[in-house]
Amino acid sequence: MKEEPKRNRPPMGRGHGPAMSRPVEKAKDFKGTFKRLIGYLKPHRYKIVLVFVAAILSTTFTIISPKVLGLAITKIFDGVMLKLQGVPNAQVDFVYISNIIFILAGLYIISSVFNYLQQYIMASIAQNTVFEMREDVNQKLSRLPLKYFDGRTHGEILSRVTNDVDNISSTLQQSITQFITSIVTLIGVVIMMLTISPILTLMIILTLPLYFIVTKFIVVRSQKYFTAQQKTLGELNGHVEEMYTGHEIIKSFNREENSLGTFEKINDELFKSSHRAQFMSGVIMPLMIFIGNIAYVLVCVIGGILVTRGAISIGDVQAFIQYARQFTHPISQTANISNIIQSTIASAERVFEILDEEEEVPEQKNAQLIEFPKGEVRFENVSFGYEKDIPIIQNMNIDVKKGQTIAIVGPTGAGKTTLVNLLMCFYEIDQGRITIDGIDIRKIKRGYLRSMFGMVLQDTWLFNGSIRDNIAYACEDATEEKIIQAAKTAHVDHFVRTLPKGYDTVINEEATNISHGQKQLLTIARAILADPSILILDEATSSVDTRTEVFIQRAMVALMKGRTSFVIAHRLSTIRNADLILVMNEGRIIEQGNHEELLNKKGFYAELYNTQFTDFDRNKNGEKEIG
Amino acid sequence: MIFLVRLFRLLVPYKISILLVIIFTFIQAISELFLPTLMAGIVDIGIVNGDTNYILQIGGLMLLVALLATTSLIISSYLSAKIASSYSKDLRSKVFKRVESFSLSEFDQVGTASLITRTTNDITQIERVTIMMLRMMLRAPMLLVGGIIMAVTRDARLSLLIVFIIPILLIMILIISKKAMPLFKSVQKKLDKINLVVREGLTGIRVIRAFNRKKHEDYRFNEANIELRNTSIRVNKIMASTMPLMMLIMNMSVIAILWFGSIRIDNGNMQVGDLMAFIQYIMQILFSLIMVSMIFVMLPRASASADRINEVLDIIPNIEDIEKDKDIDKNIDKKQKSNKGYLEFKNVSFNYADAEQPVIKNISFGAGPGEITAIIGGTGSGKSTLIKLIPRLYEITKGSILVNGIDIRNMTQKELRSKIGIIPQKAVLFSGTIADNIRYGKEDATEEEIKHAAEIAQATEFISNMEEGLDSVIAQGGSNLSGGQKQRLAIARALVRRPEIYIFDDSFSALDFNTDAKLRIALKREIKDSTFIIVAQRVTTIINADRIIVLDEGKIAGIGKHSELIKSCEVYKEIVSSQLSEEELA
Repeated sequence: MKEEPKRNRPPMGRGHGPAMSRPVEKAKDFKGTFKRLIGYLKPHRYKIVLVFVAAILSTTFTIISPKVLGLAITKIFDGVMLKLQGVPNAQVDFVYISNIIFILAGLYIISSVFNYLQQYIMASIAQNTVFEMREDVNQKLSRLPLKYFDGRTHGEILSRVTNDVDNISSTLQQSITQFITSIVTLIGVVIMMLTISPILTLMIILTLPLYFIVTKFIVVRSQKYFTAQQKTLGELNGHVEEMYTGHEIIKSFNREENSLGTFEKINDELFKSSHRAQFMSGVIMPLMIFIGNIAYVLVCVIGGILVTRGAISIGDVQAFIQYARQFTHPISQTANISNIIQSTIASAERVFEILDEEEEVPEQKNAQLIEFPKGEVRFENVSFGYEKDIPIIQNMNIDVKKGQTIAIVGPTGAGKTTLVNLLMCFYEIDQGRITIDGIDIRKIKRGYLRSMFGMVLQDTWLFNGSIRDNIAYACEDATEEKIIQAAKTAHVDHFVRTLPKGYDTVINEEATNISHGQKQLLTIARAILADPSILILDEATSSVDTRTEVFIQRAMVALMKGRTSFVIAHRLSTIRNADLILVMNEGRIIEQGNHEELLNKKGFYAELYNTQFTDFDRNKNGEKEIG
Repeated sequence: MIFLVRLFRLLVPYKISILLVIIFTFIQAISELFLPTLMAGIVDIGIVNGDTNYILQIGGLMLLVALLATTSLIISSYLSAKIASSYSKDLRSKVFKRVESFSLSEFDQVGTASLITRTTNDITQIERVTIMMLRMMLRAPMLLVGGIIMAVTRDARLSLLIVFIIPILLIMILIISKKAMPLFKSVQKKLDKINLVVREGLTGIRVIRAFNRKKHEDYRFNEANIELRNTSIRVNKIMASTMPLMMLIMNMSVIAILWFGSIRIDNGNMQVGDLMAFIQYIMQILFSLIMVSMIFVMLPRASASADRINEVLDIIPNIEDIEKDKDIDKNIDKKQKSNKGYLEFKNVSFNYADAEQPVIKNISFGAGPGEITAIIGGTGSGKSTLIKLIPRLYEITKGSILVNGIDIRNMTQKELRSKIGIIPQKAVLFSGTIADNIRYGKEDATEEEIKHAAEIAQATEFISNMEEGLDSVIAQGGSNLSGGQKQRLAIARALVRRPEIYIFDDSFSALDFNTDAKLRIALKREIKDSTFIIVAQRVTTIINADRIIVLDEGKIAGIGKHSELIKSCEVYKEIVSSQLSEEELA
């Protein structure tokens, strides 16, 4: 099994951190992924149009209001000027002002209502979209061949289903409408400013390049530091992980000081890079504020002069000050949002990658059932390898009759998974065919084929649910009686009854609340209840205490009665009594035959047998051994 | 929040820097706020009098003020970056040091995985909040207070409006966060649930497919997914009202100011420029309030992290070296010279921290150099725990363990452990070269010693097959080696130490039979004078031990040679008969 190199990706929780600060992940195919993501939004297109309209309206009303506010200021100013000039009965035109105030209030309310509507509708669009996406991924996962899962870590797949989808979700919720709002604001503000004063507008627009230069300048530098920080952080986390996992050894070998020394070294390096990175990203805001203030001063000064010349009114200056502020805001936001969108597309791409993986070969259309399976298994000229040029099985022929036992023997554990993989059609064989009761397994309905097998392996799998549900996993509609009967046959009924909640005891997430041996007994009970015609068993019980081991042995014997069984054998009696022994080494089947045949062959098996199982006799003759 | 406050006490060494940050932030806030006042001057004096020169002068002054604001902000940003990074460095180092001092029982208490996240992610989270606090949390209140002061100086009567607006805004923030907070938590739970279902689906994939239970699993996923969607929609719909409402309140305040301001201007109590400045101040004030409320959203998450970190810092390791008296020291030296490699258990009992029942009950035995002591018994019988007591990885609850006649609690952990070479059940290797890993046993080991240890451990062959021999790099967790290879390196690591006591914890399980046999022979030749403690699963491997200790539920069920035990000890007989067929027994 290969492990893909771990991607050093910053953990993505809910929401986005300061996007400026992080090295941006880039999608490989931005356009294609983007289009595909849009495709997910298609069912909601009417709602999205609504959102866009609401966003545009809300922004438009926000943009109009400073101009209206400016009118009021001008009117007040005019009244004051008249008074100053000593015009009799001069006063502020309150009728006009109150009109303006009503108009303004109306504008503000409408704008807020549309703003609310836009986010309200977007909430259901965003969540329904990612809901669909999660469903799709989950469906896809159940159609993918095991090859896919064997080649990847669980964490990697898990992160795509949760983190990446989550990332998409928050972008849909927040950033898309922000993006629209920013663009509308930018355009609207420029138009409004132009209607007031082209000269002042020009002054503001002249500050634009400054923003870009500053942002570019700093982002280039800070990215470098952030990459360094990310790398050092990864190193530090790696060290922590390694030291904590090896704590027992570190202590036993007095290596605490060395470990601490390395830690301090990396920690110091992390401090340096993180300090620089934080500072760099911290500088952006002050500089942005500074440029904004330059624009502000320009508006005040030039606007003031223009007012004295009578070119514009004082209210226009007030409006302009507000516009100038509104203008700078979306600029820094779009920079932010474009980073967020980049990382979202990268996330979407990873999700789509799963959706594009090659699926399990679909079962044949006229796939059949076997009504009363006998469990006769034949391998005819079977060849197989996980990788193309490395065959594990070559031209294998075996013929197993109903009720026979096949022992798989070998020094290493590898190989048993191969057997499971082939028999259950988890992997496709390269050549030849495997038949059950004479029918090619590829022609049997896949679900049915798998239900003919019962597996009791060492790495037991129980899920977070009650003991009853775990035993009845294979047949949902099993009666209580049958469940208890299966538990009794598996010698686990007594144990279950000693638990305070009996069969309703919930097995916790890590399945740590019952012992390993008991877990194994439960999986045996599960297999007994499923009543399969062919068994795959692992006899290894090394992590089980002797009493439980005896129980497991008895339960296995009960289970094997009358069924064709493939046993990963560790017990001499099993091997000797097996109808066929498959000898595996380094994952390959190298010899096959029954006990006598293989002994006579004087090959690998004979040597194995002599070292492993006659140890006892040799030791009896007195040589002292260690270990 | 209390947790955060506790952690922030660690910021005390940086108090001067923090004070500087506060001062510079203050300068920045004041200068920033001074700009609208200057603008008011332009309007009320410059424009009213048509004085272009005055306008230009004030404009120049404004630029200077803006520059001052930016410079102060950059300085404070530099300082806060430094504070936050140093702070998290200190915190990380503190936590790491503490964890390194833990004995295994503290490790069990928290869990390795959890300790890792606490030292890494949680501290990163705290660092992020610290920098946010220094950058925004300080700035927002200053802008708030400064804004209020400036507003009052412009027009005190009109400032009364603020008294109405702020409480309304605060109540709004409070109501929304009250409603949204539990939902946010619930979203997190639903996310965890989805995670759980997917993870189970991944680990159990063969079983699920074998039992043809795809539909059932899909149903579970679908259920979790629907719940997540519905809760997320609910929380987002509530959050959708936040910004529009805040903006509305702000804008309505502006309208109110406009109306009352115009009345005051009409009465000659106020000037137009002041009104304009006032509007800008109100906006500043409300924006800073919104900023503060955003920080409050971040705090609960950081607080959870802080809580977890504090928990680690609160654990005091239960094993500490005694303060040594020099006289005792001398005695110890004498004794040690005379008894090398002698181990004795005297009525030893041991309880795990939370357990009601002791795992090890009243165990006594002795072992000396050149002897092999084997420990056998079922899972849960306490074998592995028993041997972990020897290097004092756990502290015994009752009785005493003596090494070379001295209670292990009366020597330093370092001293004790330098006498012991342990080979764990699961070979743990570290990233670095093969030589580095063997050198773990003895830091100053020569190349000769390393080679020799590798030779005995039967590791030479596979090492020389690797491209760079002893200098080949081992990946983290040793993932580029097979289980057997790792185990052989772990053995070499202990051998190079030449300890007085060897502890093998079922250490041959991953070896193939030939290697196993060769290794045993080589070991036997090599280390005649050391004491051996061996935990074994299979009877065949320990039949010739000088002493077999049969453990059953933490108690000694029998002790003696194979030939004695097979007659006298029921538990031993049971183990033997479960492992060997009858013919072999005969």
